[in-house]
Amino acid sequence: MHLHTLWFIILAVLWVGFFVLEGFDFGVGVLHRIVGRTETERRVAINSIGPFWDGNEVWLIVAGAGTFAAFPNWYATMFSALYLALLLVLVALMIRGVAFEWRGKSDDPRWRAGWGWCTTIGSLLIPLLLGVGLGDLLNGLPINQSHEYTGNFFNLLTPYGLWTGLTLLGLSLLHGATFLKLKTTDEVRARAQAAARPLGWAAVALVVGFVIWTLALGTTVVPGPVQVLAIIAVIFAAILARGEAHDGSAFAASAIAIAATVGSMFIDLYPNVMISSTSAAYSLTVNNSASGSYALKVMTIVTAIFLPLVLGYQGWSFYVFRARVKAPPSPSPGAPKPPGGGLAQPPPAVDA
Amino acid sequence: MTNDLARWQFATTSIYHFLFVPVTIGLAFLVAILQTAWHRNGKPEYRRLTRFFGTLLLINVAVGVVTGLVQEFEFGMNWSTYSRFVGDVFGGPLAMEGLAAFFLESTFLGLWLFGWDRLPKRVHLACIWMVAAGTMLSAAFIMAANSWMQHPVGYALNSHGQPVLNNIGALFTNPTFLWGYVHVILAALVTGSLVMLAVSAWHLRAGREVDAFRRTTSLALVVLIPTIVIQLFVGSELGVIETKYQPAKIAAAEAQWNTCKPCSFSLFQVGGGNNDKTPTQILAVPHLLSLLATLSWNGQVVGLNELQAQYQKQYGPGNYIPDVFIQYWSMRVMAYLGALVMLLALWGAWLLHRGTLPRSKWFLRLSIWAVVTPFLMNTAGWLLTESGRQPWIVQGLMKTIDANSPSVTSAEIWISLIVFVLIYVALGAADVSLMLRYSRKGLGDEEPPADRAAGDRPESTPVPALTY
Repeated sequence: MHLHTLWFIILAVLWVGFFVLEGFDFGVGVLHRIVGRTETERRVAINSIGPFWDGNEVWLIVAGAGTFAAFPNWYATMFSALYLALLLVLVALMIRGVAFEWRGKSDDPRWRAGWGWCTTIGSLLIPLLLGVGLGDLLNGLPINQSHEYTGNFFNLLTPYGLWTGLTLLGLSLLHGATFLKLKTTDEVRARAQAAARPLGWAAVALVVGFVIWTLALGTTVVPGPVQVLAIIAVIFAAILARGEAHDGSAFAASAIAIAATVGSMFIDLYPNVMISSTSAAYSLTVNNSASGSYALKVMTIVTAIFLPLVLGYQGWSFYVFRARVKAPPSPSPGAPKPPGGGLAQPPPAVDA
Repeated sequence: MTNDLARWQFATTSIYHFLFVPVTIGLAFLVAILQTAWHRNGKPEYRRLTRFFGTLLLINVAVGVVTGLVQEFEFGMNWSTYSRFVGDVFGGPLAMEGLAAFFLESTFLGLWLFGWDRLPKRVHLACIWMVAAGTMLSAAFIMAANSWMQHPVGYALNSHGQPVLNNIGALFTNPTFLWGYVHVILAALVTGSLVMLAVSAWHLRAGREVDAFRRTTSLALVVLIPTIVIQLFVGSELGVIETKYQPAKIAAAEAQWNTCKPCSFSLFQVGGGNNDKTPTQILAVPHLLSLLATLSWNGQVVGLNELQAQYQKQYGPGNYIPDVFIQYWSMRVMAYLGALVMLLALWGAWLLHRGTLPRSKWFLRLSIWAVVTPFLMNTAGWLLTESGRQPWIVQGLMKTIDANSPSVTSAEIWISLIVFVLIYVALGAADVSLMLRYSRKGLGDEEPPADRAAGDRPESTPVPALTY
């Protein structure tokens, strides 16, 4: 196998890893205000992803930097073409990242509500916009002979791209719901389960639509095995998520669904990396956008050393925090619970 | 126009990013030391200090991380021609940074933050050291990439005239990298210890928790004194390296238009800049520039006029002189403030030795205000390095003017520049207010939480804390 093909696969794995991991914390970020009605419940939801979200996000950074290293042409064309979309992604990443760290640093309800909205909006925008971008790679963008983008912002909003974005958002929401169901207790868990019902069927519809639309773009009408897997997994996830039991299986199913969906995009894309709608001859391919073989060899060795280590310690982190998150016992037992929302009840002590 | 805007954007976002980075690197190391002290002697004071400074660290990490994302995207968004041209060499260290450092830093930060009382003490201590190591490792990779722009090594040009990596080892043994990296790490330690010193001094002045903050004052000084002294030497050695590989950078920093031998160093000048070749030099110290730039008493420093002629012959017509005003003053801001910080540190050492530090009103007062100096020095240092590389984006290989994205319009860069500035101002205001608030807050709880009082072993399936 050519090293540039191997690197295409490594990047696909990084994108899949990113959506499998950060997908659920996008979902939790959006859903935290729905599954949590009181301040404490919202904190439970947010803290369920607390130890993980930052590490999950690095998968995206490494996918980006890996593209820069392995396919400089692809990186250059993609990042300059998706300019305003990526600006929005950056804004969303920034407000969301800061919101996690700063939300609990003040008791002021307006402060918390403000950062809560940042979490929700950021978590909603990122999978949507990244999905639009990924869909555009396959659908094709106006790219000229020298691999420069010749369109504007509105050329990015192709119907197929938007559908891809909605599909990844829908899958992230379902994935977030199954994660919350797995990682929380009581009312928060019950509301996540209730939310999973409409989210599940929406995700099924989006994934089926996505597969059909993708087939319509191509030359074959027979769905590939990974596309079939995505459909089966999302149906399983939708069914399991609404039930009382099977928290683990439901989460596994939504993880497989999102992995297979993202994976299928890269399978369809290969050997192209960015299709030119201007002329097929101008498309960027693994061949015409890769780095030299020495650079790829170096990066392959570095990845072979570090990626297993990363999987090891990230896996360990998930193991350490495997317990369900719940609200600590009320500091003054017997005190009446406030009727929803607000901060009448003192929030749990802030660690660190 | 687009090129200028893209430059403004990179300068703004990277300078802002680097306000937070050294605090993170420096404080992560100092917090790890505090926690190690707690682990060794078991005094609850150290646990409380660890958490106190740990909170300040976390408030900063948030901004450091998210503004770093912007830098990572900006190469492709605003500088696609550059990215296409150098990706083969320059992309590697960036990807390695993510794989080796960002994952480490972020995963172990989560484990540390949420693992209090959940992980065995020893393991939890190891987590903060992993974070500290991650921050320093991250700096190594990005400095290797940056140093390649200052002094490209380890490549050959292919048939299209593009640099292609052929020796990865050369990137990490690049003298510009080795000295630059040490310089940056020392700057981070100086920054972290000055932040710790200022916060501790504030509490000592207020007479609160005097015992605890006396310990962090000492720790800050113990780290600050050697680092600032070594830093002055490392900085001047870096100057010698740069004189060798980027002579225009250093000649401009001294506003040295004509070749001199021996060369004197002017402490101040009136006027100057690229259009005033005869500024009024005040207090010129004979031989000092020769000594600083070449390490020899009568060393020769080639002047800008000669360099310009030489470069025009080598690279064709053009202006090869960096902004002299920026070079001259950023060098002096850095060096003079560094010297003042060293004096402050030595004064602190003497007071520490005499045991009168907690009562020394003037020292404490100055220490609080000294917290602004590392930020000025760090910014000046990067201005010196990056502005001094101009007109090149990669020294000798590509000019900045040729490097921006052809498909991106100036309207788009205006939009992103305005958006970044607005967000950065808001984040900065929130960060400063949180930092002040949590710096002035007393130390946290005296007692470890109840669930830990029983012994050292954590529960079998610990419940994650509600940290956020």
